Amino acid sequence: MSIDWIKLLFTLLGLFIVLNYGLLQYGMIRRITARIGKRIGMPVYQPYIDLIKNYSMRSQITHGVMFYLGPVFRLAGGVGIFMFMPLIYGSYYWSNYSFSGDVILIMYFMFFGMLGMALGASEGGHPYSFIGISRGLSQFTTVEVPFTLAVIAVAVQHHSFSLTEIVAGQQGGIMHWNIMTNPFAGIAAMLAFLGMMMASPFNVVQAPQEIPIGPPTEYHGTYLGLLQTNRAILYVSESILMVNLFFGGATNWIELIVKSFLVFFWPVFVGLVFPRFRIDQSIPWFLKLPLILGIIGIFMV
Amino acid sequence: MEDKKIFTDPDLTKRTVIGPNGEDITVDPIQDYFCDALPKKHEPKRAKIFESFFNWARAESIWVLGFGTGCGSIELYPLLTPRFDAYRFGVQMRPTPRQANLMIISGYLSVKTLKRAIRSYEQMQNPKFVMALGSCTINGGMYFDSYNTINRLDKYMPVDVYVAGCMPRPEAILAGFEALKKRIKAGKAEGANLYAENFETYKKNQKKIIRDWNMPDYNW
Repeated sequence: MSIDWIKLLFTLLGLFIVLNYGLLQYGMIRRITARIGKRIGMPVYQPYIDLIKNYSMRSQITHGVMFYLGPVFRLAGGVGIFMFMPLIYGSYYWSNYSFSGDVILIMYFMFFGMLGMALGASEGGHPYSFIGISRGLSQFTTVEVPFTLAVIAVAVQHHSFSLTEIVAGQQGGIMHWNIMTNPFAGIAAMLAFLGMMMASPFNVVQAPQEIPIGPPTEYHGTYLGLLQTNRAILYVSESILMVNLFFGGATNWIELIVKSFLVFFWPVFVGLVFPRFRIDQSIPWFLKLPLILGIIGIFMV
Repeated sequence: MEDKKIFTDPDLTKRTVIGPNGEDITVDPIQDYFCDALPKKHEPKRAKIFESFFNWARAESIWVLGFGTGCGSIELYPLLTPRFDAYRFGVQMRPTPRQANLMIISGYLSVKTLKRAIRSYEQMQNPKFVMALGSCTINGGMYFDSYNTINRLDKYMPVDVYVAGCMPRPEAILAGFEALKKRIKAGKAEGANLYAENFETYKKNQKKIIRDWNMPDYNW
């Protein structure tokens, strides 16, 4: 088997672009939320400085092997989602390593990072890490249910588990997008997306005022830097996944960035308006409305 | 004064428990639950260009562990409000000492709180800075003759910046951040290394005032 080096190069370049885009986007979002609170807010480039600072910490401690591997698994989850997702429709080089069953693999990678983080954070031994992890896993499990239903609805609709083919089926104007052709599945996925991004109504996993600050309590320095790198990649990748699944994909970089920014803005908008759910409120919430919408979405197809 | 009663925490005493299969297990919490390895000095990078770059990053991204003691902690919250907005200067609050770089001791420290402050300080990672608010941390302030507050914070942990006042207003704290940034960028804020070098002295001072010392000497 020969390796397509140019394609690998393009994938790494895409990863680099997505990393920078994610960091800038995070700074931008922080600035927008600050403006809503009538503050000026941090500079847009602040995430870069935080990253440099975290990577330049002089002393670090470890709690064991899994403590090292936790952020690595998490980063592998984020990069894994990115690697198997087509970025630009119709481009051979920008479609990364998309293949015929990539949706299933991507959904596996989403859970993989979470599990790795769970193992690493429990090795840290801090009680808040345990609480955060148990909340995170239980919430994410319920988030996955409506999201999986929506993805299956889309897959049945397009007779394919390949993101490229799903995007191909949505070409030709806004009325062909899955959010239009199958609105129930689309809405179920968008509601589940709120939980995936852990924005405000569902951020009790990391609630800084309550369990400071959940799973990464013991992480510092380079570990935290890895987690920040992953956050930049993961959130953008999940937004691009939503764009691919329901908003017709993208045919060039500008379209991709505009669409994924708007999709990313949806949980931020909801988070700014709604207060935080407790874990015993959020889990039934996901199992009520989004789940029902997801089931209707499947029957619609 | 020498024959004072030594207080021992029953949870931290060495004891033997019987395991599920009937075997004896010796539990020594201070050894098992904590690490008592001494702090090490971490030299700055040899290449000056790297060190000044890192120092710039450290100065522009100060993560604060607000140790709310005394009256000063109420002056910290306005920093996050629209009126003062410390986020503009790259100052962010972190809830855990592991991720924080700057510890703000916000006012008088009673002996009991000093113990917790030391533990939190020791859990922070190497480039770490301490800012002390108010005259109470400089010379005791209005509590100078109190029986259970410390007078000089500098005896117990290396302080980078003092912000004088009783209490200092949020503007003064912002000015303190600026002073700290200048100090970090100049490479003078080596408090963590100072603490590691003069560890014996600091421990002696701490143990002199904390009578019920029931924790390991160093618990990073």
